[in-house]
Amino acid sequence: MVGFLIQRLLQAAVVMVVISAMVFVGVFAIGNPIDVLISPDVTQQIRLDTIKAYGLDQPLWRQYLTFITRLVQGNFGRSFVFNMPVLDLILSRLPATLELTLAAVLGAALIGVPLGMFAGYRPDSIAAKLLMGLSVLGFSVPTFWIGLILILVFAVNLGWLPAGGRGATVSVLGVEWSFLTLEGLKHLLLPALTLSLFRLALMIRLARAGMREAILSDYVKFARAQGLSEAKVIWGHVLKNISIPIVTVFGLEFGATLAFAVVTETIFSWPGLGKLIIDSIQSLDRPVMVAYLMLVAFLFIMINFVVDIAYAALDPRLRAGRA
Amino acid sequence: MHKDSLLRRFWAEFAENRVAVAGLLVVLVVAAMALLAPLITPQNPYDIGKLVLGDARRPPGHVGSGGYVHWLGTDAQGRDLWSAILYGLRISVQIGVVAGAVALVIGSTLGVSAAFLGGRVEMLVMRFIDLQLSFPAILLALVLSALLGQGKTQLIIALVTAQYAYFARTAHGAAAAERSKEYVEAALSTPLPARTVMFRHILPNCLPPLIVVATVQVANSIALEATLSFLGLGLPVTEPSLGMLIANGFQYMLSGRYWISIYPGVALIVLIVAINLVGDQIRDQLNPRLKR
Amino acid sequence: MTQPVLEVAGLATHFFTREGVVKAVDGVDLSVARGKVLGLVGESGSGKTVTGFSLMGLIDPPGKIVAGSVKLAGRELVGLSPDAMRQVRGRQIAMIFQDPMMTLNPVLRIGTQIAMALRAHETLSNAEARRRVAAALGRVGIPSPEERLDAYPHQFSGGMRQRVAIAIALINRPDLIIADEPTTALDVTIQGQILSEMQKLCRERETALIWITHDLSVVAGLADAVCVMYAGRIVEKGDVRAVLERPLHPYTIGLIGSIPSHNRRGVPLRQIPGMTPSLLRLPAGCPFRTRCPRADAACVNDIPPQIIDGREVRCVHVNAMSAA
Repeated sequence: MVGFLIQRLLQAAVVMVVISAMVFVGVFAIGNPIDVLISPDVTQQIRLDTIKAYGLDQPLWRQYLTFITRLVQGNFGRSFVFNMPVLDLILSRLPATLELTLAAVLGAALIGVPLGMFAGYRPDSIAAKLLMGLSVLGFSVPTFWIGLILILVFAVNLGWLPAGGRGATVSVLGVEWSFLTLEGLKHLLLPALTLSLFRLALMIRLARAGMREAILSDYVKFARAQGLSEAKVIWGHVLKNISIPIVTVFGLEFGATLAFAVVTETIFSWPGLGKLIIDSIQSLDRPVMVAYLMLVAFLFIMINFVVDIAYAALDPRLRAGRA
Repeated sequence: MHKDSLLRRFWAEFAENRVAVAGLLVVLVVAAMALLAPLITPQNPYDIGKLVLGDARRPPGHVGSGGYVHWLGTDAQGRDLWSAILYGLRISVQIGVVAGAVALVIGSTLGVSAAFLGGRVEMLVMRFIDLQLSFPAILLALVLSALLGQGKTQLIIALVTAQYAYFARTAHGAAAAERSKEYVEAALSTPLPARTVMFRHILPNCLPPLIVVATVQVANSIALEATLSFLGLGLPVTEPSLGMLIANGFQYMLSGRYWISIYPGVALIVLIVAINLVGDQIRDQLNPRLKR
Repeated sequence: MTQPVLEVAGLATHFFTREGVVKAVDGVDLSVARGKVLGLVGESGSGKTVTGFSLMGLIDPPGKIVAGSVKLAGRELVGLSPDAMRQVRGRQIAMIFQDPMMTLNPVLRIGTQIAMALRAHETLSNAEARRRVAAALGRVGIPSPEERLDAYPHQFSGGMRQRVAIAIALINRPDLIIADEPTTALDVTIQGQILSEMQKLCRERETALIWITHDLSVVAGLADAVCVMYAGRIVEKGDVRAVLERPLHPYTIGLIGSIPSHNRRGVPLRQIPGMTPSLLRLPAGCPFRTRCPRADAACVNDIPPQIIDGREVRCVHVNAMSAA
C-alpha cells in the first residue's frame, strides 16, 4: 500500500510539471498583457520599464524557469490588476468557492443517490419515469440558464431569497463561511442549487444504473433467499456495491463543479475564484490566470489521488491487487 | 442491401420510443427554421439600420413601429426577439455542428491511429488524452476563447480543443478492442496496406460509439457556446447567438422584463433536450448490454 | 413413511411478458420428507429453477404464482404476506445458487455476510454472532474459520465460496434446502467433496434437500427420489434407482440415453432430436410430442400423470412402454 501511494504521488508530481509547462505556454504565448496594463498613449520608456518590471522582455523559457522557481517557493507573482500577491488574492477567494462547490456536490449526492436508487429499484413506476425525464432536463439545461430562472422565480417574483452576494459570514479559523448564518444560508441556497442540478441528474442516473444492475445480480437474490428484509438488502448489500462508481464520479465531479462555479459565481455575484478568473480573463491578468489554472490542476490531481484511495478502500478486490 | 435492412431495423427500433421520435422531429424542425430564418422572420436583427429604439424592451404581443406584432417582445436594442432567436439558433446550430464534426474527425483519427500504431506512441497520446479529460472542458474552452479573442473561428477552435479528447478516447477504446480481434489479424496478414485495414476494417466498427458521442458533443458544443457567449467570451456582439441574447436580457430581468432572457433560453433548451433525447435512444440501441 | 416436510400440489408460475404468457411452471406436484434428497432434473428452460424460486416466494414481476399450493411442515406458503414469507426464507427454506463467484457480495467480508443471514432471524450480540458464524464456517470444512471471517470473497477459491454459501444456507437450521446446480461451476474433484459434504450435513440435521440439476449422474449418487421436468411439467417421478434403471417416459429414456458411459463405448451417443420448444408456443397436448419417437395421434390429448409401479409418468403410451 505504501509503495502504491509513493508511486501515485510521483505520478502526480510529473503531471503537475507537465501541466505547469502547458499552462505557462498557453497563457503566455498568446495575447499581450502589456496592452492591458498600460494605456496605449504612454511614452515608449514607461512601456519598456513596465515590460522589464514584469520580466516580459525575457525569452519564454527563461520566463518559465523564473516562474517555476517562484512557484516552488509559493510565489505566484503579483496580479497586474489588483497589484497584490496572487497567492493571497486566490486564497482569500478560495473559501467562498469551496463552500459553494461542496454544498452543490454534497447536496447532489445526498439527494440524487437515494432518488436514483429508488428509480432503479422501481424502474417502471411513474415517479421513476418522471425522475428520468427530469434528469434529461438536468443534463441539457445549461447552468447559467438554471441560475437565471431561479433568480427570476425566487428572487424577483417571490422575493424569498436574495439574487446575489454572499450575505453575512462567520469567521472560523480565520476563514469566512456563509453557511453558519441563516442569512448566509439563504444566499448560498440558490447558487448551490444552480450548480448542483447537473450533478443531481448525474447522480440519479448513476445510482439508477447501479441499482438496476444490482437487483438482478445473484448476490441480491441470495441475500433475499436468506430472508433479509428489503431494507437490509438495499442498505446492507447494494449501497456498498454501487458506492464504488458513485464515489469515483463524485470525486471527479467535484473538480468539474469547481470549474463550473465560474458561471454560477458570475450570475450570483458570488465573490469566489470563478468571478476572479472571469475578471482576470477579461483583463488578461496572466499571473492570476496561471495561478488559478495551476490551483485547479493541483486540486484535480489531489482529488484523483483521494478517489484512488477511496476506491481501494471500498473495493477489496483492488486493495488486494495493489497491496 | 444488407446495410439498407440494417438501417431499417435500426429505425424500426428507434420509432418504438415515441419520446425520441418527438425529439428527432423537434431537432429537424429547429434545424429547418434556423436554416430558413431569413425567409420566415419579419426582421433581420443584424441590420442595425432597421432597429428602432422606441421599440426597445417591449413585452410580447406589442405591435411595433414596423407594423407587425412582436410575438415574443423585443430586446434592449429594439430587436424583434422571434427574429433574433431564429438567427441565434442559426449560429448555435452551425457552431455546434461544425465544432462537433471537426472534433469528431480529429479525435477519431487520433484515437484510431494511436490504437493502430500501438507501442510508445499509443501510450503517450492516450496519456495526454486522459490528462486532458481529467480537466474540465469548460475551463479549457474558457481560457482558450479568452486568449484567442472573439470570433466564430476562434470559438470553434476553443470548442474543438475542449472536446476532441472525448472522441479520441472513444475511438481508441473501440479500435483497440477491434484491433485485437482475429479478423484484423487476418486482414493484416494479407498484402493489403495497413492504411486500408485501418480505414476499411477498423474505423467502421468504431462508428457506433462515435455516433453516440457525436450527438452528445453537438449538444454540449451548443451549450458551451451559449455559456461562453453568456460570459461575454464567445462571439462578437455583431453576431448575437442565443447565449448573448440571454446575457443581454439578464440585467433587465431583475426589473421584471423577463422575456428578453427567457425566450432565447427556452429555444436553447428545447434544442438541447431534443438532441439529448435522440442521443439517449441511440445509445440505448447501440448498447449491447441492454439488449434483451 | 413420515409426513413429508414439503408438499407441492398443482404449482403453476407464469410470466406475463409482452410477447405472451410464458408458462414456466405448469402444474407441478412434488414432496420431500425430512432427511431425504429429491433430485429435480431437466434441461435448461424446463422450469426447474423457476420451481425452486417459486418455493422461496422469490418470483419477480412479470412472473407470478397463478395456482397451486406449497405446504411446508403443514403450513400453506402461497398467499403468505411478504413479511411472513421473508421469515420463512432462510429460516425454514434456504437456497444455494449455481455460481459461487456471483452469489457472495464481493465488497462485504465473509463474516459480515454470514452474520447478516443469521441476524435476519434473530437478535444477537456481536460476540455471539461471531462465534456462531465461525462455528458455521468450521462445520462446512473451512480451516481456521476465526481467521477467515474477515476475508473477502475474492480471497476464496470457487469451492471455498460454495462452502461459505452452504454455511449461510445451513446457519438457521432450515427444514429444507433448495440447491440449484451448486456444483456445476466447480471442478470435478471439488464437486465430489461438496456433494458428500451436503449429503452428510443434511442427514445429520434431518434437513430435506431438493437438488436441481441437469446432470443425471449427480442425482444417481445423491438423491432418494427424482423428478424429471420438461417444459414446465414433471414428466416422470419416482424412486431414483427405479427411474434411472428403467425409465418409462420417452424423454427420460432420451436423457439417459444421451449420457456417455463406459459400457457402450464405440456406440454412437443417442441424442434427443429437435430443440426445447419455446414456452410461448407449446404444442397442444404432450409438449414433448414434437421430439418424441413414440408420438402419435393420441399425444394431442393432454393426460394427467399415470401411476405405474409406484411412480408417476405423464405419457399416454406408458402402459405399452412398461409392458415392453
